[in-house]
Amino acid sequence: MATKSKGAQRFKKMSMSPKEYQSFAKTKEPPRSIFANCVKAFVVGGAICVLGQAIQELFVHLMGMSNEQASNPTVAVLILLSVILTSLGVYDKLAQWAGAGSAVPVTGFANSMCSAALEHRSEGLVLGVGGNMFKLAGAVIVYGTVAAFFVGIVHLILGTGGQ
Amino acid sequence: MIFLWAFLVGGAICVLGQLMFDVMKLTPAHTMATLVVIGAIVDGFDLYEPLVKFAGAGATVPITSFGNALVHGALTELHSQGWIGVISGIFKVTSAGISAAIIFSFLAALVVRPKG
Repeated sequence: MATKSKGAQRFKKMSMSPKEYQSFAKTKEPPRSIFANCVKAFVVGGAICVLGQAIQELFVHLMGMSNEQASNPTVAVLILLSVILTSLGVYDKLAQWAGAGSAVPVTGFANSMCSAALEHRSEGLVLGVGGNMFKLAGAVIVYGTVAAFFVGIVHLILGTGGQ
Repeated sequence: MIFLWAFLVGGAICVLGQLMFDVMKLTPAHTMATLVVIGAIVDGFDLYEPLVKFAGAGATVPITSFGNALVHGALTELHSQGWIGVISGIFKVTSAGISAAIIFSFLAALVVRPKG
């Protein structure tokens, strides 16, 4: 009888309560430095914006566009670059390192659409590619549109007459 | 000089996104949606255009400029077409970005075998 309870005690020590496990797992996690992540995001995000600025200057100086006219083709070129890099599997590697630095620029928006399109290609062109392309980007478009609508309504009510 | 400001402002907006990831523990979708709404509200106060003038691509490349462009289209149409412009104008300015992303992504899906 005594030995039996002793054995049970030994087994109890082997297993962990969920709380114990969580604190144990936390000690084994690699430390996530918020500061280092922010530096990476800053450098990569800033670099993508500088690239965008360079493309915009090219449109302004070579094709004689105004800054405002050049911003649309600039965004289109950045999106094209992002889609190419996503197709080659390069952008997702960059994203793992840069975090928000590659996700926040418009290239990250294109990356989310392109990777969804590629991932669901095997489910067909209509249901797979067509149906899933906006899986992540949809949130951006829906909330942007709704916010724009309400801002517009506020301007309408206040009678500012728009811009 | 515009390149330096583009780097600093664009980088700062990305750090804002990174802080939403790491400190507020938001998913990427929540972070992007929040940034777009912030951009829309900032343009509602007519403050995004000055930022674009100042930082160039540092303000137009981050996703916040998407919210700015949506509001900008709505307010420009509100000015020229009256109340219906709030609905009809929203996508006027952003067409290039969304169309390009859809078209290029679709073509990529036709051509490329997924990797990874």
